[in-house]
Formats: sequence, structure tokens, C-alpha cells
Amino acid sequence: MTSTQPRGDVAVDGAPAGDPVLRVRGLSAHVAGQQVVEHVDLDVAPVGVTALLGRNGVGKTSTIKAVLGLIGRSGTVELDGADLVHLPTHQIVQRGVGYVPEDREVFSGLTVTDNLRLAERRGSRHRYDLVYDLFPELQERGAQAAGTLSGGQQQMVSLARALLNDNQVLLVDEPTKGLAPRLVQEVSRVLARAAQVAPILLVEQNLQVVRDLAQHAVVLTDGRSVHHGPAADFLADDALTQRLLGVHAEGGGEPTDGGSGHTGEERA
Amino acid sequence: MSTSTDASAGRRAWVGRLLPLGLVVLLACLPLLDLNLPGVLPGPTYTPGTLHLLALAMVMAALALSYHLLLGVAGLLSFGHALYFGFGAYLLGIVMTELELALVPSVVVVLLAGAVFSTLLGAISLRVTGIPFAMVTLAFAQAGSVLVRRDPGRVTGGEEGMRLPTEHVPDALVGVADTRNLYWLALAALVLAFGLTTWVQRSRAGHVAEAVRENELRVRVLGMRPFLVKLAIFVAASVIAIGMGMVHLLLNSGAVPHIVSAEFTISLLLMVVIGGVGSRWGAVGGAVLYVLLNQRLTVLAQAEWVHDLPAVLRIPLSEPMFILGTLFVLVVMFLPGGLAGTVTRLRGRRRSGGGPEEGAARLEEMDDDEQDQTVGAARP
Amino acid sequence: MSTVVLLLFTGVGLGAIYFLVASGLSLIYGLMHVLNFAHGVFLSLGAFLGFEVASRLGASTWTGFAASLLVGALAGAVFAALTERVLVQRLYERHIEQVLVTVGLGLGAVALFDGIWGTDPRFISGPAWMSRTTHILGANVPNDRFVAILVATLVLVGMVLFLQRTRYGMIIRAGVENRAMVTALGIDVRTAFTLVFTIGGIAAGLGGVLASHYFGYVSPLLGQTLLIFAFIVTVIGGLGSLTGAAVASLLVALLQQFANYYLWGTGDLAVVVLLAVVLLTRPSGLMGRRA
Ligand SMILES: Nc1ncnc2c1ncn2[C@@H]1O[C@H](COP(=O)(O)OP(=O)(O)OP(=O)(O)O)[C@@H](O)[C@H]1O
Ligand SMILES: [Mg+2]
Repeated sequence: MTSTQPRGDVAVDGAPAGDPVLRVRGLSAHVAGQQVVEHVDLDVAPVGVTALLGRNGVGKTSTIKAVLGLIGRSGTVELDGADLVHLPTHQIVQRGVGYVPEDREVFSGLTVTDNLRLAERRGSRHRYDLVYDLFPELQERGAQAAGTLSGGQQQMVSLARALLNDNQVLLVDEPTKGLAPRLVQEVSRVLARAAQVAPILLVEQNLQVVRDLAQHAVVLTDGRSVHHGPAADFLADDALTQRLLGVHAEGGGEPTDGGSGHTGEERA
Repeated sequence: MSTSTDASAGRRAWVGRLLPLGLVVLLACLPLLDLNLPGVLPGPTYTPGTLHLLALAMVMAALALSYHLLLGVAGLLSFGHALYFGFGAYLLGIVMTELELALVPSVVVVLLAGAVFSTLLGAISLRVTGIPFAMVTLAFAQAGSVLVRRDPGRVTGGEEGMRLPTEHVPDALVGVADTRNLYWLALAALVLAFGLTTWVQRSRAGHVAEAVRENELRVRVLGMRPFLVKLAIFVAASVIAIGMGMVHLLLNSGAVPHIVSAEFTISLLLMVVIGGVGSRWGAVGGAVLYVLLNQRLTVLAQAEWVHDLPAVLRIPLSEPMFILGTLFVLVVMFLPGGLAGTVTRLRGRRRSGGGPEEGAARLEEMDDDEQDQTVGAARP
Repeated sequence: MSTVVLLLFTGVGLGAIYFLVASGLSLIYGLMHVLNFAHGVFLSLGAFLGFEVASRLGASTWTGFAASLLVGALAGAVFAALTERVLVQRLYERHIEQVLVTVGLGLGAVALFDGIWGTDPRFISGPAWMSRTTHILGANVPNDRFVAILVATLVLVGMVLFLQRTRYGMIIRAGVENRAMVTALGIDVRTAFTLVFTIGGIAAGLGGVLASHYFGYVSPLLGQTLLIFAFIVTVIGGLGSLTGAAVASLLVALLQQFANYYLWGTGDLAVVVLLAVVLLTRPSGLMGRRA
């Protein structure tokens, strides 16, 4: 439940009006003794999709993991006004945070059905109707071991695990990574529908997908957040995208640095 | 920086250098003095019993230093270090008896054989790291222990143990009357082990090992082979342990299968962890504390008044290993960094090359889990 | 021929006992990355308490034997669960310290058992049928082997059903694969930690009672001695794999028996050689996932 009461704190420059559902301030995180996120501020708008952008290795995934408490972190992370930073991961998730990790991370030894059953959260509806409506294939392949699915199918399982529950916010990390163009569109369509139910923080390298889905954008450089604003404005500013992402936003939105693996081939 | 802090830092450096020297001189003089430490030592310092106990403490301290190279420097949790200690003790006796060699050439033969032996086993064990490494070293040591107990070819004496072939040993190192000489030998061995440990730690291999422990991936990226570095440290630690095994054989006039057992390695682990992982002085202090405490607790176990206690108190009090095991658990749970960490914490300052939370941090670094788990590990 | 048959049954019986120890170890390691040095204590405690109960109810009766199995399993379960909750869980995610704590517990507990039950082995006997033999293909196979095999098979089936059919089993399987992702689905994985310890404790407690019949005695060191072989079994089988533990248990025990008989009592050494060979060719074990 998103409160409609205005709280009157100063929004980050260019952030959307209305209370953010997720409010991150001064978030720092470390992995293996190394600082990977440094003093990140970001707001996730209460409706729609907020894109989290940045070059490869800048700390997008780490930021999401830090929000979830999957890596050691400090700062404030407020979900709907309540601080999460001292909670263990499972309690954060139980408060209504859905997570679609960067590399799908389905349990390969478990069947598709078991992957979904494991994702059922206590105190939440389990919306198999929605999930099977979005991904009819998962129903057909229910008894198949998730490890034997194709990359695209695994991504569906990963998305379905998050969409199965009632969420306050969804954290989705590169859902189109390594997918064929047809599947990219499919994922994009699913996320658009999911965004009608719960706000999304989306990490995405495919700028066409960002353009289609996101209303707001936050850009990280060197583990810090440097840009907040409407996604459309950001993408329209070619010089800015070039400087912050190292890509040309116009003309297909493919990264120019070639190292991100977004060339359309499906990963094994 | 002001001159006064410079001066005090300079003074500290001097004290840091003089203190160990003074300690060694004091220890060297102990057999000539009549010092009493009731409750700590069994008698005046010139008596053979006390000298033997102190010599044993010093040999164990030297052995703990070699274990520190594995655990504290290379981040290797070994459960088979006793194998090398036992190798030194048993092989020295066997070489002297079977090849009829004098002490010094025998020592050389054992050291050479030990270097080959530890390189071979190290190369196999280091194919795995972390916990699997612990299990594998344990298995090899177990095989050694079985071998010693089975006594193939009637050379190890089986369960009874092996007697020192005194006919090949200089008279000065034989018998109770010469405990003093053995004591000085043990002291020299400890000083040598400390020097060697320091040297290995400051060598290039030591630095790279330190880096490997902190972040193996980064070292690999830099094009260095963590395997070779770890192997070098493993062999160095093993050779020192072999040397100490030989001193132990002389000191105890024999060897028993216990010194090859897993329990023996575990007692080394206790010493190093209680002393403080990553600290040389911690390893020495932990070993001395362990040996003296073990001796005191054994005396306590036989005390008259303990036997009159009700069973709930009598049984735990008459089992030294129960008390030491409990102490160890308490240190691990509530005193991260062990004695050395606590001393540093109390002094309230960071020493260069190791801070107060060092011990706990070192143990965390050894943990291979963070790299294994794809998402990372949750911390509540 | 009859020797081979006898060695086969004896080996499989020993393998059954190894499996009862190794299965819990492997599950605990797979899920929590903790090498549990206190696992032998669960076994010894089960053996001693089982022995006490059986001798009170009549060691030669089947009731006494059944009660000893029950008490052994229960003792293992309770002690294991307490170990996890009181010691291991306090050091959440600090795996090396968790190992150290179990080392200390193992050391202290063995010493305590020494104090309570004495260091000398206590010779035990069960129902008369168990010490008799059955004639199979020319060999006289001691009957206690069959009991060990039966119990271990039931435990294996029970574990597989639990892991496959229940929600907690599912959590454990998923956690062995990717523990962090389990927490990221909103599941408190610590409950599963206590559970694997408890399951491991049950199996080890049963293993203790059966081992005391197999070897004919109980002693404080029984558990720690078997533990070393169980470690070897888990490394050979692949850490975290239940199937691997089952296969490697049989392999190790059979090799040990045959080498002891045909290669002049070198069974223990043969096992270590097998370990070295497996490490050199497949460092992650026969069924291990990670290299
Ligand atoms: N386990 C680790 N050990 C060491 N460094 C790490 C580890 N995990 C992440 N890093 C470093 O942290 C930085 C941020 O990584 P992160 O995965 O958050 O980047 P990202 O923005 O998601 O990149 P990408 O766009 O490629 O997904 C990188 O430089 C990475 O090398
Ligand atoms: Mg990423």
C-alpha cells in the first residue's frame, strides 16, 4: 500500500513528484572487502518504471543486491517510509520486494513448478492465473528441470517467481540480457503489464526497451548516482547519454562498447 | 608530523627490537637461575622437570609458528600438519638406526626427504582449497597415523612408540642430566623458526600469499600462480615442522603415534587461534599458554580435592581436553582475534601489518563462499 | 568365492555405516559450507545412550535393540539441533569460525565422554540373532550386516522422499544450489540449517548404534574415527551430493575390505590412495558440481 500522504521531504533533483516507493540515500556496499557502491541516492517512483542505467561494471547489480541486503551495505533504504537497512534479506523480500536477478538464477535441479512453489511468499496471494497467462509455456513445462530450459524460458521462470506474489516494488536486473530480439519484445511486453501492478526498478542496457518502458531514469557512474530525471529527456540528449553511458541513444540503442553481450544471440 | 611523535615512534621501534632480544637472553639464562613461579611452573627454573616443560613449550611454539604460516599467512586450514612433525621425529630415528648415520648427517637426510615429501603431498592437496583442502590434509595425515601405528617393517614401534637411538646421538643431548642442553637446543630452534617464519612472511611469496588470501581473483588477473605460492608456503611450513619434530624426538628421547594424529594438529589449531590468527607472537603465546595450561590441568585432574567432588564437577575438571576445548569455543565465539587481537585492542592502536580485528578478518577472507555463491551472502 | 561374498556383505554393511555419517556431513556442507567436526560426537553420543538404554531394557532383546536405535536417533537429533542453534548459528555466515567451533566441541565432548564412560572400549552384544550368521552362496555372513544395510537403506529412502516431496526438502535442495537466491525469495534459510543438522544428527545417531554392533564395542573415539572416513567419503562423492555420498560410501568400504583381505591389511591406505586419485582426476568429486 503506497501512502498518498505527502511527506514533504526534498525530492532528489528531477525525481518524480509523489512519495517514492523506494527511497535510497547514501547507500554504500562492499563485496570481498572492496567498495562497489559508493553513496548512491535514488528514488523509485510509486508508479511505472524507473530505469537504473550506467556503463558495464559501474555497480548497478551491486546497488540492487545492496538494497536487498545480499551484500554488506550501509546507508538508508526505505520501503514506503520504513527503513530496511538493518533487516535480513528474507524479511526485506517478505515486505513485498520482488527480485529478478541478473543471470536468472533459477534452481536448475528443481522443476519449473517447484521453482514457482518455492517463490510463494507467506501472506501474499499467489497469482498463478497471472503467471500462467503471461507464460503459458511454464504450465506446459511444469515437470521439466529448470536447468534444462533454454535461456529465454529460464528468464520466464525468473520473472514468474517475482510476479507470483503481491509486490510493493520489483527489482529487475537486465531481463533481456542475451535474449533474441523476439524474446526481448516479449519480456518488454510482460514488464509493461507488471508495471501496472507494481512499480519497477529496471536495470537495462537495451535503450529501446528503456525507451518503451521507463518514465524515470537514474544514472550511475563510478558507483555513484549522477543523474535523475525523466527517461525520455535523458534519452533524447545524445551528448548526455554518450557521456554517461558511452552509447548513442539514437539509432537502435545498442551499446557501442560491444562487451555487454547484447547482440541478440540467446545464451545457453 | 612533529618531532616529538617521531621520537616516540623511534623509541617504540627500539623497544620493539630490544624486547625480543632481552626475552631471548632471559630465557637463555633461565637454567642458571633459581626462579619460582608457583602455579605456573612445576618447580624452580633450573630443575630438569621445569626445563623440560619449558623446552616442550618452545618446541610447540616453533611448531605453532609453522602452522601460522599455513593458516595466518597462506589462509590454508590444514588438519594434517602433524604428519610433517611426526615425519621429522620418526624418520630421524629410523635413519639413525637403519642407516647407522650420526645425528647431523641424519638431520640433513631427513630435511631433504621432507622437502620432497611435502612438495609431493602439497601439490596433490592444493588441487583443492578451503574446506576440501582441510579434509584432504586430514586424510593424508590419517594414512600416516595408520602407517605409524601398524609399524610395517618394525621401525616405528607401533602403539608403543619409538625409542631414540641414543648410540648415534652426542652424549650432551642425552639423558635427564643434560636437560639444560636440550632446553638450549629448543630455544635455538624457536629463535630459528621465528626468524624463518618472519623471513618467509616478508619474502615475495609471503606477500603474494597475503594478496591471494585477500583476493585470489585479483592475483590471478595479475598473472601470478596462486598454486605455486601456496605450495612454497606449504613446503616451508612443513620443513619447519619436520625440523621441530626432530628436536621433539631428542627432547622426549622418543616418539609416540600421538604426534602424527589429527588430535595433535587440532591442538596446533587451538594454539594458533587462541593466540590470534595472523600474529607470530600470538602463535608463540598461544602455544606456551596451551602447553602450560595443559600441564596444570593434568595436575589438577589428579588433585585430591577434585576426586572428592560430585560427579558433575569431578568429570569435567578431570578432563584437561574438555576444559581446553571449551576455552577454545569461547575464544572463537567471543574473542575474535584471540590473545593478540585482544592485546592490540587494549592498546587501542593499529599496528602496521595487522589491526585489532585482524584475526577475525583473516578467517573471513579464507572463506571461499563469497565467490561461490552467485548472488552473494546475506548478512543480517 | 565364499570369501568374496563375505567381503561384499561386510563391505556393504560398513558402507551403510559410512553413509549414515557421510550423508549428514555432505548435506550440512552443501547447504551451509560448514565442515562439521562435531559430527562424530553425534554418533558416539547415539552409541553410548543407545548402549545405556539397551543394557537397561535387556541388551539381548529386540525391544532393547529397537529402543537403542530410537534413543540413538533422538540423542543425535537433539544434540545436533542444539549444536546448530547454540554454537553454529551465532556465527552466521562466518564459515571458518563455524568449523573451529565444531572442532572445539568435538574435542571437548570426546574428553567428556572419556570422563563419563571411560577410555576403554565397552563391548556390547545385541539380540542373539544379530551375532549369528546366515549362509549365503557358501559364506557365513554375520546378521548385523543386514540390519545395518536395511537401516541405511531406509534412511536413504527417507532422506530422498523428504528432499523431493516436502517444502523444506525443496528449500534444502535449492539452498545447496544457491543459498543466497533462496533468501532472496523471502525464505529464512536458517530454519533449513537447523533442519539439516537435525537430519544429520538422526542419521549419525542411528549410525552410532549400528556401528557399535558392527564393531562390537563403543568408545569415545568411535565417532571421530569413523568421521575421518566419512570426510573421505564426502570428498570422493562430491560435497553436497547425497547420491555421491551413497556411492562413495560403498566404494570406500568395499575397497577397504578387499584391500585389507587381499593386499595385506592395507585397506586404510588404499582409501587414501583412492582419494588422491579422485583429487587428481576430478577435484570436485564423483558427483560434485563445483570444480
Ligand atoms: N565478487 C566480487 N569480487 C570482486 N569484485 C566484484 C565482485 N562483484 C562485483 N565486483 C565489482 O564490482 C563492480 C560493480 O559490479 P556490478 O555487477 O554491480 O556492475 P554492473 O553495473 O551490474 O555491471 P553490468 O552492466 O556488467 O551488469 C565491478 O567493477 C565488479 O568487478
Ligand atoms: Mg549487472
